[in-house]
Order: sequence, then C-alpha cells, then structure tokens
Amino acid sequence: MIKTLAGAEVARQIGEQLPDTVTGSDETTVFVRSEAILDVARFLKESLDFDYLVSITAVDFLDHFDVIYHLRSMKNNYSVVLRTKCADRQSPSVPSVVSLWQGADLQEREVYDLMGISFEGHPNMKRIVLWEGYKGHPLRKDFILDVPGGGKAT
Amino acid sequence: MTLETEPVVLNMGPQHPSTHGVFRMRVTFDGEVIVDFEPVFGYLHRGIEKLGEHKTYLQNMPYTDRLDYLASMSNNMAYAMAVEKLAGIEVPERAEYLRVIMAELMRLSSHLVGVGALFNDMGAFMTPFIYMYREREKILDLFDMVCGQRLTYNYMRFGGVSQDIPEEFMPTLKRFIDEMPGYIDEYDQLLAENEIVLARSKGVGILPADKAINASVSGPVLRGSGVKWDLRKNNPYSIYDRFDFEIPTGKVGDVYDRYRVRVEEMRQSVRIVRQAMEQLPEGEVRTRVPTPFKPPPGEAYVPIEAPKGELGFYLVSDGSAKPYRFKIRAPSFINLTVLRDLVLGWKLADAIIIFGSIDICMGEVDR
Repeated sequence: MIKTLAGAEVARQIGEQLPDTVTGSDETTVFVRSEAILDVARFLKESLDFDYLVSITAVDFLDHFDVIYHLRSMKNNYSVVLRTKCADRQSPSVPSVVSLWQGADLQEREVYDLMGISFEGHPNMKRIVLWEGYKGHPLRKDFILDVPGGGKAT
Repeated sequence: MTLETEPVVLNMGPQHPSTHGVFRMRVTFDGEVIVDFEPVFGYLHRGIEKLGEHKTYLQNMPYTDRLDYLASMSNNMAYAMAVEKLAGIEVPERAEYLRVIMAELMRLSSHLVGVGALFNDMGAFMTPFIYMYREREKILDLFDMVCGQRLTYNYMRFGGVSQDIPEEFMPTLKRFIDEMPGYIDEYDQLLAENEIVLARSKGVGILPADKAINASVSGPVLRGSGVKWDLRKNNPYSIYDRFDFEIPTGKVGDVYDRYRVRVEEMRQSVRIVRQAMEQLPEGEVRTRVPTPFKPPPGEAYVPIEAPKGELGFYLVSDGSAKPYRFKIRAPSFINLTVLRDLVLGWKLADAIIIFGSIDICMGEVDR
C-alpha cells in the first residue's frame, strides 16, 4: 500500500529547513504559503524523494482558491498532499513547479485555462482546451454559462 | 544567387485517421525532420468537470463512461471507489469480484484497440486491427449481457454494481478466457517478430525511465520504460492483493517495448480473470446507500490502474447532493506531456507511431 505520510511530520521537516513557509497541517496535508510553493516543492523533491507529481488541481471556495498538489515517492512508496491558498481573485498566481516536474506542464495550463490561476515561471502559460480569446474561466463558481461565443465571469 | 530554405509547418488533424480522435498536431519540419511540435487540444472538450458540479453523485456515473470510452468500466470503478471513500461505504465481496472481472476484461479490450490501432499507424492497414476487434467483440458481448450496453456501461454503483450477472455469463466468459491466450499467441506469431514491425518500432521514440517519472507518465508507457510501477501491486486497491499476477516491463522504453508491455498485460489480465472466476463468492452485489445520497463534507482522491494509466477522481464534498469539485486525473492527458520530446528529431511517419504507442483516448484528454 502507498503509505500516507502524516502532514504534521512533513510540516515539521519543512519548517526546520524553510522557516515561515508552513501555515498548518492535518493527517494527509501540508498547508503552505503560496509564494513559498516552489521552495517547499524543491525541498520535498530533493530531500524527501517525492519524485512523482500525481496531479495539480484547484478548487474555488469563492473567498479564495486552493491549489492542491498530490505528490508521491515511487522510490519509497509514500504520498503527501501539498495545499496552498490564493486569495487574490482578480489575478491569482502561484509559482510554477514545472522546473521540478515536467508533469506539471499540461496540468498547470489546464488549471490556468479552467480556473484562471496563472503559474509564474511556466514557459508556455496559455489556454489549453478552450480557445484563445475565450472570456472567463468555467470552473470558477461565479462563472455564468449562457453567453454566445464564450462564458462571462462576474 | 543563394538558395534559401525555411521550415515547413504542417497541420495534422484534427480530422485525421492517425490522430485517434480529434487531436491536432502542429508539426514544423526542416526537410523531413521534425524540429518543432505543438499538440493542440480541446476539440472534444465537453466540460465534464463543470457538468459534474451540477449533477448529483449518481447522475455523474454515466458521464464517467464518456471519458475514456474504450475503458468505461474502469472509469465507473474509479469514480465509484472515490465516492465510496468519501461516504464511507462498504462493498460486498461478490461485487468486488465482479468489478475486478469487468475491469480486467476492459483492460483486455482497451489494449486490443490500442495495439490494433498502433499497427494501423505502422502501415499494417486494418488487418491486425480487425483480428483484434474479433476478440474485442466477444468482450463487448459479455458486457452487453451484464448491463445491456456495448460501449457506455454505467454498470457500477456506489456500494457495488447495478445488477448481478445473468446465468449465461459465466459459461460464456469461461469459453472466452480459455480461448484468449491462443488468440494472443496468434497475434504474436504474426506480429511480434515481424521484420517490418521490428524495423519500424525498435529504438524509435525512446522514453528514459527517469524522464518518464519526472513527467508524471503512468500506465503501459511508464512500464515500457522499465519502471515497475502498477497501482494494482503498489497500492492494492479493491481485492487485487488476492490474485497472483506479474507486472511486465520493457527495457529501453521504445515503441516496441510499449507494444510488448500491452500484450503481456493482456496475458496477465487473463490470469486475473481466471482466478477471480474461481474465487467468485455468492451473495449480495450491492449495499444499500442512504437516499437522498449526501456524503459528509470532506474530500477524497482515489487512483486506480486504468488500462491507459493512473486514473484518479478527486472529489470535494460540501455535504450537499452534488460534488463541490469533480476533478479527473486523466492518464491519457498527462501521458501526452512527453509527446513533444519523443517526436523531435524523427520523421513524420515515426511521429505517428510514437503517438500511437502512447495510446490515448481523446474523450479523456479533453474531458
């Protein structure tokens, strides 16, 4: 079985190396500040052997976005969830991790396209499934569906 | 006078037999060699993740059929398992066995299409494809028996499967499982050592193991690169720990290895189905779930080893009857991350078989 690392234990290890980056933890998840995501991800990859990025996704909670990284170590067969808040609704942005895991490439573009969170440092940050010029980001909770030629974000 | 040359841009698709659906490749050539490559997605985007937030949990089940429509049973299983984890539902033993039988038959069926289509791309036009469709047809007949559908099954439910198998299912399945290894031998006789196949696929489109891991590749593409990783073994979900089977891997990670991994996986699937048939217990096939069905607030990510790789559903519940977030980790989509690096430096005909060897389904790529 893939072992789920305790969030608190991983948070402690991150905190020792990178103070002031962790904002909390629970059984499976480490919460970090969004500016620090690249540093924390680098630490997890290089020091704790998280070699595999399972998925990147985002959830819209209306007052903020959560960006969620499911990480796994194939070498040691364990996993952890990294989670960060993004409060800016006008132009939300978090650092890209594509320099660490190539697997982030298309997934970050998808999050940008559908949720409107841009990833700083991504080499090709543009829409992926919708067309250029489409208005709005459909997976946002305040997205209105019925506008011809694209949606409309309020 | 000086002669000037310039790169040529060619659009492959979205309507093209070799693109396995509506996929577009924007390929730049220097002479015959590919120097730049850009995949273009979205022609089959139906917004299933957004739709999922507007339907109840059960209403979403038929939508999962339409992700990777060559592996609908696997999609059903992954989604049902994710909801079960979210709501804490137990599945009866007989239903677990039925799920495994269906999922492994689905793997056989999906690999038959994947391998057949690869040979189509390689120039063995239609003959291997139709041979493999002969067996796929038998699998579809079996699915037709259990749920009345040949493509979009909608068979699994939270807490089990929608109905028990009919009487004639087991004898038919037994006949098929007894015949299948012979059919796989037949494909191998015709294709595995075929000189044209070897010349076209050996050493083409090599994906090194470290790069495959770094690019989040999963499924037969990852195992073709020699990484022994299969969620059925590494994270034995459902009842996969009760079966005896192996994980085939490739050596160099070329097109040929990916093709061989799929064929060997078919043999292993036959083994699993045979064991599951022998062990199949009597009993209920579905536990009752409360209605109206409202899982408690929380979230769950559940991955399974679908035919094309790691298929995961990430669900967030706010305690209502509809998912707050319905995210699909689609293996075909993420496996395409490496396509650009694999095709650079090859010719167009090679790019087509490299693309074919990744075995994607556009329903899942675009969602």
